[in-house]
Amino acid sequence: MSDIAIELKGIDKSFGPVHANRDINLEVRKGTIHGIIGENGAGKSTLMSILYGFYQADRGDILVDGKKTGITGPSVAIARGIGMVHQHFMLVENFTVLENIMLGAEEGQILNAGITRARAELKRLEEEYALEVDPDAIIEELPVGLQQRVEILKALYRGADILILDEPTGVLTPAEADHLFRILAQLKEQGKTIILITHKLREIMAITDEVSVMRRGEMVATRKTAETSVEELAELMVGRRVLLGVEKGKANPGEVMLSVRNLTVRDSRGVPMVKDVSLDVRAGEIVGIAGVAGNGQSELLQAIAGIRRAEKGEVALSGSPVEVTGEADPNELRHRGLAHVPEDRHHMGLVLKFEEAENSILGYHDDPHYLKSLFLDIEAIRADASQKAERYDIRPRDVRLKTANFSGGNQQKIVLAREMERDPSVIIIGQPTRGVDVGAIEFIHKRIIEMRDAGKAILLVSVELDEIRALSDRVLVMFDGRVVGERSPETSEGELGLLMAGVTDREAAE
Amino acid sequence: MSAPYAKLPGWVDYGVIPVVNLIVAFLVAGLVVLLVGESPIRAAALLFEGAFGYGEGIGFTLYYATNFIFTGLAVAVAFHCGLFNIGGEGQAYVAGLGVAVPCLWLDSSMPWYVVFVVVIFGSSLMGALWALIPGWLQAKRGSHVVITTIMFNFIASSLMVYLLVDVLKPRGSMSPETRTFVEGGQLPKLDWLFGPLGIDIGGSPLNLSFLLALVVSFIVWLIVWRTQFGYQIRTMGFSPSAARYAGMKEARIVVLTMMMSGALAGMMAINPIMGEQHRMQLDFVGGAGFVGIAVALMGRSHPVGIIPAAILFGMLYQGGAEISFEMPQISRDMIVIIQGLVILFAGAMEHMFRPAITRFFTYLGGGRKPQPAAATE
Repeated sequence: MSDIAIELKGIDKSFGPVHANRDINLEVRKGTIHGIIGENGAGKSTLMSILYGFYQADRGDILVDGKKTGITGPSVAIARGIGMVHQHFMLVENFTVLENIMLGAEEGQILNAGITRARAELKRLEEEYALEVDPDAIIEELPVGLQQRVEILKALYRGADILILDEPTGVLTPAEADHLFRILAQLKEQGKTIILITHKLREIMAITDEVSVMRRGEMVATRKTAETSVEELAELMVGRRVLLGVEKGKANPGEVMLSVRNLTVRDSRGVPMVKDVSLDVRAGEIVGIAGVAGNGQSELLQAIAGIRRAEKGEVALSGSPVEVTGEADPNELRHRGLAHVPEDRHHMGLVLKFEEAENSILGYHDDPHYLKSLFLDIEAIRADASQKAERYDIRPRDVRLKTANFSGGNQQKIVLAREMERDPSVIIIGQPTRGVDVGAIEFIHKRIIEMRDAGKAILLVSVELDEIRALSDRVLVMFDGRVVGERSPETSEGELGLLMAGVTDREAAE
Repeated sequence: MSAPYAKLPGWVDYGVIPVVNLIVAFLVAGLVVLLVGESPIRAAALLFEGAFGYGEGIGFTLYYATNFIFTGLAVAVAFHCGLFNIGGEGQAYVAGLGVAVPCLWLDSSMPWYVVFVVVIFGSSLMGALWALIPGWLQAKRGSHVVITTIMFNFIASSLMVYLLVDVLKPRGSMSPETRTFVEGGQLPKLDWLFGPLGIDIGGSPLNLSFLLALVVSFIVWLIVWRTQFGYQIRTMGFSPSAARYAGMKEARIVVLTMMMSGALAGMMAINPIMGEQHRMQLDFVGGAGFVGIAVALMGRSHPVGIIPAAILFGMLYQGGAEISFEMPQISRDMIVIIQGLVILFAGAMEHMFRPAITRFFTYLGGGRKPQPAAATE
């Protein structure tokens, strides 16, 4: 027995001409928490998919407990004691916790005996690891934090000694994330080995023992967490020095440019998602909306942008009212100076199969500047797109490239360039840096601050609390469709976290 | 995880892959011929010889291709908007009225070129109207166009039987068809165009509609790729949520696209009615509306692909007739099998050979740097 739980030797994997992993070596020590960090597209998920058997490596060996192992599929990985908690949970939503945990391990056609055994085993696991969850609860009725716990239990139930967690905190509140980390620490004490994939430096520093950094498909460094710093890791990830904080001066708020009064919005199933929300955004300030994903922020943005019909309420743009309860017209709003950087750039902000130039006119395709008599003026559109590419440093510089072939950060820059270069008076931005690499985050944040300093009114929604605190001049917290509190961005993360978790305004302040 | 398909050069994507698919389809078809007990090589020779070996054969091939260009474009335009219009058959059938009625009315008083203009408008209008109802139902009521257009094919069929039997049939005639048009209702053949090229199209019905089909292909390209409306169609097709975000009027786009699709299918009716038979007969569409689906699939919904794909299917129709004439064991249904195989390999399984071809080209261009931008997440 060695003290290395998993060793990867010379792992190499290509998808066509894309070299996703090149010659990766990695040693994960038993009973430790090993972080793997890297930008989007660095190859972290590919590497873990190889370890879990989703993909086969083109070259290289996987050693589990010092023995060379051919992992040809997830079932082999499970048999070797490797469990995985996916970023997007693999749970059957209308099954109970117990049914989900048994799924694929039912032990025969008649379920009764299996259920009894599973229930007993689940109880033992819960006690051993202090992972409490009601076995008869229906998954979709559980909060995400508990759903994740079910995923972890599922892996443990299958006898996992090595747990891989892929971006586990993306959907959690800070408090839930803290709780998860306590669970992981406990699992480590019980002798489990944990591999944590993330792009959040803070998490790495908080919980891991060792950290490996990936960049462009290569493993560039492995450090003991205690001997490294956030700055060093960021530099390793990006390959150059990065400014982590955002520098910004004091805001000079002017007139109210966007005002929302008593807005109520239902989602497509008729469930109220935004409940009686009122807010104002002034020229020259950034108002951030903090909150855990799914608490109505998306619907709020969409209603303001005229994409989703509001049930009641009023919205005024530069002082004049906007139709939000009837047939709203996003196009008219654009002409009235509202720019919208949508949360979901893949489905809304961009048409991925379009060329970059085609996307650079989305929503502005009726601008006479892009037309030559009856036809689109392709030359003008491309020239315009290349200018934007130049100013926003969109790479590669090829306006005829299909948008899907740009990285997340560059795709986001295409959207930002289109929306911001129009000199709007109000900008609403959803998740400006989701799936965007560290280098581009810096650029995007700077642009947003520049826009504020140029006197634009900016409403910012992000699930990254750090981002909200770094950019905003005022922070509103949304929970369950309501604005539950307003704070200054200097407010402690703990207090904001409590508000995001639904603790009342006064309790949170105490 | 992004799909492990890497980007290929355009000529591989649009040239090599369809050709490989086609070759495989023909190889499998050859096996079927072998099973029937005939020589696949002789069958292939007959097919090509029959379709391209002599002037009249070429004329017939292009005559059939004309039908398929129109119906292929009709399906393609709807595809670009994310709509699957399989009602080309019915739209073309009803559009026959837009051809036959002006011809019956004007053929003795007007020259053919005046009637031609009226007929272009008439057929596209009738086709568009027949597609308008399914389009409107889709846009406003969410009734799926696949269902409604199929049903409209049946309605069109019944309607036309009624009209041809009870209304349009000349008194005393025994066959369900209109009277034969005189000169004003007859389109000129294209012998003046092919003659100087040394091709004698002989008795084949190749007529001016073929040139109309080419012009319309260009116009379709212009509309879809070079106008604001086309931009909106393609945005809707790729991503309805992006269209909503951009403030496009979805219902309007769906209705107008369906009408445009119907108009294109409708123009197909000119070719057999005014170009060949000079009268409207029962079932003159003869499945061209459905072949259009295969043509659009094979032609990647682009006019530049649709024209060769239509000619390919024209070849199958014309050459297939020759095969069944020379080889009695092979019936016309055999041609349907070959068509089915082409659709299967070129349409449904078009990506089957892509990974292998991608690997081959990656191997060839091994020195090229991979694009980190496209790496998996």
